[in-house]
Amino acid sequence: MAISRDQVLYVAKLARLELGEDELERLTSELGAILDAVSKVSELDLADVPPTSHPLAVVNAWAADEPRDSLPLEDVVRNAPAVEGRMFRVPPTT
Amino acid sequence: MSTWEPVIGLEIHVQLKTRTKMFCRCRVGFGAEENSQTCPVCLGFPGALPVPNRTAIEWVVKLGLALGCEIAERAVFARKNYFYPDLSKGYQISQYDLPSCVNGNMIVSLAEGQHEIGIVRAHLEEDAAKNVHVGGRTGRIGGAEYTLVDYNRGGTPLVEIVTAPDLHSAEEAKRFLQLLRQTIVELGISDAEMEKGTLRVDANVSVRPAGSEVLRTRSEIKNMNSFTHIARGIDAEVARQIEVWESGGEVEQHTYDFDVGSGALTARRTKEEADDYRYFPEPDLAPVEPPAELVDRLRFELPELPAARIARVMKKLDHDRALVLVTGGLDRLWEATVAAGADGVAASNVIANQLVASGARPGAVDPTELAKLVDARERIPRATFAEALGKIGDHGFSAEPYLAMESVSDTSELEPIVDAVIAANSAQVEQYRGGKEGLLGFFVGQVMKETKGRADPRVVNELVRARLAP
Repeated sequence: MAISRDQVLYVAKLARLELGEDELERLTSELGAILDAVSKVSELDLADVPPTSHPLAVVNAWAADEPRDSLPLEDVVRNAPAVEGRMFRVPPTT
Repeated sequence: MSTWEPVIGLEIHVQLKTRTKMFCRCRVGFGAEENSQTCPVCLGFPGALPVPNRTAIEWVVKLGLALGCEIAERAVFARKNYFYPDLSKGYQISQYDLPSCVNGNMIVSLAEGQHEIGIVRAHLEEDAAKNVHVGGRTGRIGGAEYTLVDYNRGGTPLVEIVTAPDLHSAEEAKRFLQLLRQTIVELGISDAEMEKGTLRVDANVSVRPAGSEVLRTRSEIKNMNSFTHIARGIDAEVARQIEVWESGGEVEQHTYDFDVGSGALTARRTKEEADDYRYFPEPDLAPVEPPAELVDRLRFELPELPAARIARVMKKLDHDRALVLVTGGLDRLWEATVAAGADGVAASNVIANQLVASGARPGAVDPTELAKLVDARERIPRATFAEALGKIGDHGFSAEPYLAMESVSDTSELEPIVDAVIAANSAQVEQYRGGKEGLLGFFVGQVMKETKGRADPRVVNELVRARLAP
């Protein structure tokens, strides 16, 4: 397996996710399959290929510093589980 | 006991004053209603795509040039992953292994000479949102019942500047920051005001035996909200570390908050695990390759920078005066005033103290008129001088009427007035002669009143004393 159970637990902890035993098993296997697929690339000889950070050969895709309308509040908080006044309300963070 | 050398590096965050955010076109600004300057991009809605702000990219290059940096031919944005509600996407976009600017330096002038401070890098990133912790000790994380989030600040363009550990005292760190701040302000890219949070500074501090080249364990100080507090925080941490080493202990890597009120350093809770940001290139953003003609244009447009001007002013003034003038944005007026004939030190004192206190805008002052006043400052009454400085920023100001108010120090002109005052206040004269010497001020005051403040108080003092002598 390309990823260990402990690695999955560690990544889940970084993402503040609590995983049940069956979820942990399923994710370990799914993430393993993804990593296996991606690792196919390493079978190629890429010594002379510079790493890419972007799939397209474009640079300097930028925009002028001109304001556009922001979202109305009702849309901003539409999917928020909890709102207080105009703010998102979230559990206390530690 | 050996002597210890502090080793200080700074991390400075500067909020750019672009009109819009780093990766979306929501407005940037203070004081708007909560979450009124947000959109799918800065709220991290799935599928929203970031588009960099061209002005922010130009400005970081401009700053890099001003700091003598190499401008990267290719800069790449990365995702810095961490989970916290001030970060809507679960990651912050920041330049990481390929920042826009590297390897610069800034010259700090000190009384003992000039010192080159290395700039490791200056890169672009986005600011986090504002969290309000509610309940428990309000405003603090510990014990809060819940947290409210306002994403208006989220996505504001930030430049992070990292210095080499080249600073060796709190005073030097403060001077470096004053110079850096003035440079940023003059470039017009940020207000760089600590009290507004548009300039934030963290300090990495360690100490080592003087003469050693080895870097020892450092600690980080955060939450300092003025240059004076930064200097105090560094001094406190340096003293603490020296005590730890000298008592046979070992300094541990910690992050401290500086408490402004008590001047104390409080260690933040140690994280169970080291930060693990799992950086990777941001696939939604194309690399930045600033065209050579753009970099050349920005280089050409650079104004003469504060560091260079300090060096020039120091040819005529001591270092402290030069620093005050340049970091106060007053050196150009000083130079013009000196060119118009004023004495350098006198002009510097008047400009840095009285003129600033008078509230006049330096740019509105006619240096020729100021030079006349500086020259006459000891010959005209103090109140007249202050009055003139209060008006010197007015359109069409002329020093002439004030110069005509030269103090009267001619004894032949003052003696009759002194005599008249003494004659009119015989009761006080008797008391004075009876030992109530505090009344001297009363007589001098009367003479000043009679002359409408124009008499030279020193001369009046002597005259009154002589006349009243039994």
